[in-house]
Amino acid sequence: MIDRRLITNFDWMLLGLVLLICAVGVVNIYSASSSYVLSGTPYYLKQMSWVLVGLAIMLLVCSIDYHLLEDVAYWFYGILFLLLLVVLAFGKTSMGATRWLHLGFISVQPSEPMKIIGIITMARILANIPVSGGLGLRELAFPALMIGAPAILIMKQPDLGTAILVILIAGSMLAFVGIRLSALAAVCIATVPAVWLGWHYYLRDYQKNRVLNFLDPERDPLGTGYHIIQSKIAVGSGGLFGKGFLQGTQSQLRFLPEQHTDFAFSVFAEEWGFVGSLVVLLLYAVLTLWGLQIARRCNDRFGSLVAVGVTAMLFWHIIINIGMVIGLFPVVGVPLPLFSYGGTSMITSMTGIGILLNISMRRFMF
Amino acid sequence: MNGQRFIRDTQEPKRQLVVLLIAVGVFFFILVTRLWYLQIIKAEDFQSLSENNRLRLVPVAASRGTIFDRNGAVLVSNRPSFSVAVIPQEVRDRDWLVDQLVTLLGADRDELVKKWEKGKGRARYYPIVLASGITRDQLELLEEKRLWLPGIEVEMKPVRQYENGTLAAHLLGYIGEISDEELKNPAFVGYNSGDYLGKSGIERSWEEVLHGHDGGRQIEVDARGRILRTIAETPPTMGSSLVLTIDAQLQKRAEQAFGDQAGAAVVMEVNTGEILAFVSNPEFDPALFAGRMPPEIWKQYLEDKRHPLENKALKGQYPPGSTYKIITALAGLEEGIIDDHTTVTCKGSYALGNTTFRCWDKKGHGAVDLRRALRESCDVYFYVLGEKLGIDRLSAYAQKFALGAPMGVGLDNEKGGLIPTSAWKLQRHKTRWFQGDTLSAAIGQGYVLMTPIQLASMTAAIATDGIVYRPRLVKRIIDRDGKVLREFQPEIITRADISPRSFKSVKEGLWAVVNESGGTGGMSRIPDVRVAGKTGTSQVVKLRDTRGFIPYQYRDHALFVAYAPYEHPEVAVAVVIEHGEHGGSAAAPIAGSILRAYFEGKGVIRRPVKAGKGTAAGDDGSGENATSDEGAQPREDQE
Repeated sequence: MIDRRLITNFDWMLLGLVLLICAVGVVNIYSASSSYVLSGTPYYLKQMSWVLVGLAIMLLVCSIDYHLLEDVAYWFYGILFLLLLVVLAFGKTSMGATRWLHLGFISVQPSEPMKIIGIITMARILANIPVSGGLGLRELAFPALMIGAPAILIMKQPDLGTAILVILIAGSMLAFVGIRLSALAAVCIATVPAVWLGWHYYLRDYQKNRVLNFLDPERDPLGTGYHIIQSKIAVGSGGLFGKGFLQGTQSQLRFLPEQHTDFAFSVFAEEWGFVGSLVVLLLYAVLTLWGLQIARRCNDRFGSLVAVGVTAMLFWHIIINIGMVIGLFPVVGVPLPLFSYGGTSMITSMTGIGILLNISMRRFMF
Repeated sequence: MNGQRFIRDTQEPKRQLVVLLIAVGVFFFILVTRLWYLQIIKAEDFQSLSENNRLRLVPVAASRGTIFDRNGAVLVSNRPSFSVAVIPQEVRDRDWLVDQLVTLLGADRDELVKKWEKGKGRARYYPIVLASGITRDQLELLEEKRLWLPGIEVEMKPVRQYENGTLAAHLLGYIGEISDEELKNPAFVGYNSGDYLGKSGIERSWEEVLHGHDGGRQIEVDARGRILRTIAETPPTMGSSLVLTIDAQLQKRAEQAFGDQAGAAVVMEVNTGEILAFVSNPEFDPALFAGRMPPEIWKQYLEDKRHPLENKALKGQYPPGSTYKIITALAGLEEGIIDDHTTVTCKGSYALGNTTFRCWDKKGHGAVDLRRALRESCDVYFYVLGEKLGIDRLSAYAQKFALGAPMGVGLDNEKGGLIPTSAWKLQRHKTRWFQGDTLSAAIGQGYVLMTPIQLASMTAAIATDGIVYRPRLVKRIIDRDGKVLREFQPEIITRADISPRSFKSVKEGLWAVVNESGGTGGMSRIPDVRVAGKTGTSQVVKLRDTRGFIPYQYRDHALFVAYAPYEHPEVAVAVVIEHGEHGGSAAAPIAGSILRAYFEGKGVIRRPVKAGKGTAAGDDGSGENATSDEGAQPREDQE
């Protein structure tokens, strides 16, 4: 049953890369959370257990032929879409947002798996559209609806970061397939009123504030603007070689509440400097390029599209998170894959990696 | 599955990969450029920002919520207290600084160092509290030297103020510094070392409501510690306040009635379950726990035979003695074993097998019916009844009143008492239930245990013909503006399905206990209002020789339960006097004083009455297996 080629073709490079990033992440979380008076298990140990859980899920995902995903895509999509509706109706509100659904023994946050299922759904749609010279407006309609609808539901929760990610991932996949210039122009023109409407009717006040604070950090030195200022000082004061492990002064502030999650990279940049940051960026760049390479080598369109989608998911997380930490983007609460503390992010990333491995090791099956 | 996927569809998307590659390259290039800008070009600026302009977090402590009595009188509030904290980041010579503090504050060196060590492991700009509750004089001394003591901060924070001293101390509880175990407890996530939290009573059990959230102010300071500007501020949110069901006036009078006798009393509204007074005597001083407890007072508390630190109303489990005859009587009536006219002849004792069970009155009561058996608390009548009922039928009736389990009064660690059954004994003691055990249980001795809360609840349930309300201490939660956040409604735990006829018979007996000649509870009588009640005496140890001097800790407990007015019951009271010996003489007058205070408060009793409590009447012995439930000589009928 197990094809020997699957083992010989196992993508050790990708696995090694992932383990390396996770290891750096755990070490960094150790430092980032060392200034906390802890009750219970330290964060870095919890993160290690999340890495192990993630690896198990990854192995599970890559053991089942990914072609199966094409068949179940719409089913999963339908279920998740319903769950998103249910969450809006009955979800548990935590910290001002309704994302969690409690099913007795387990809590689910359907917006997170929607990233992966969105990729698979898009891949299935796009794999079956004959393309010559790029997608036209007519061909764009269905995929746009399939991604737009859940994205709006997620934005309603409100979880702006995830909604933007879902859209960016789908956009990347469309770019991979190719869009006709005329269609692209039309979409760009249509975006203007959509953004205007979105700003006025969909964004919550705090989300608007985040964008405004990003544009002018002095506007709110107490809240999100403060995070940006502090994070920039942390990163910048790291200098060329950094202040050294556990030596960060600026980022070891308890006042920065998400320093081990969304702001983990600013701790790292302060302690390891420009050189350290480059190393991490390099690791992520290699990961991204490797993902694209898997897409290139894959012999079927569905597989290629999924590989591009997963790579785009990792890529946009990386760009948005680091961009946010160094003051390039607004604070939207997007974690750095494999690096930030947290089980949800770890599981999503590892599932994606599992799919990549899956595609990678089955490339010679045709 | 379609066959299409097995062929290379098209080369076109592969070309599009170039687009993606360029996009990836561009974005990573932007990130690197930005990092270069921040970490290489602007590095010095940011380094000086991070080094010269130090940040400091000044915690702003939240006030705990206020605790009010039912009429809005403040029971517990807050007053400002000053404490000395150190910011480790600012300190160059720790030993020198500690020396200075030792001289200035007269503090204990080891203690200061210990607290300092405990506060480590947090951000170095975060203040560690070294001494709290410092006096104005110390404060002035410190302020004078402040400039020469870098790193020292004086913080103001609110501390608990108990408006009435020791009043209701066991109920209100006290607060104290968070312990190491509590810090590790996930229930107290968000608390820091040095924080205060409720340790007992209402303060503990309603901690979540009362606590509030500390705020903080992050300030930028220069190298000398001078404040340059405030960067961020989170205002503290005051904890919510509680309105208790307690009536402070009644509570005060109830405590006064106890004098220096040890014991507990619970006063409850019969139609709501609201607890009006909750006495555990003697009290302790809760303020001493929040501040510095003088060792000699601590020692005194520990050595006092009356155990002032014990919450007797909540955790005291006493054999209910003859007050339990109420349950036995109801069981007998309901099971058809007795009716109002059934008589038993009491010859002063009852023989079961080889054992003799004695009545408290060795002379014997002669032929007694139910009314007289209750009035004069004839033990033999209830021995006979108990024997016919059997323990399991008897206990089933106790359970109809929700006895034998904590009543959910809203305080942690409430005890549940014990209603024994034959199965319980087999499991717990690995021996079968004996008839003799039943006889003891029928008069509330042996294994039966009840808390003062349960005694009051049982009495209230008699008054309401079987409705058992959950006894409650908290009426509502309000915010600092007085807005009601949550209102607690009366909650019925259960309804004892017992016929009104049976209740009527028992109630007539209870009326007779207080109001008829020969009744054991005459000393609870008050003007204008008719009281119904039952005395009880519960054995602490079995003593053969009851003559002569009995050491305090071996004397019997005295109990009295009552409700009033007899016609339209409003209030129930249960009084336990530890080692008070006789229910009729020790507990009944206290119950009387409490009821009088209640009805005076309501304006029902207007006559000013001379203070003057009945004194213990003559002593009558207690048999080896029996209780003495003496009759204080009934007073002349005042009506």
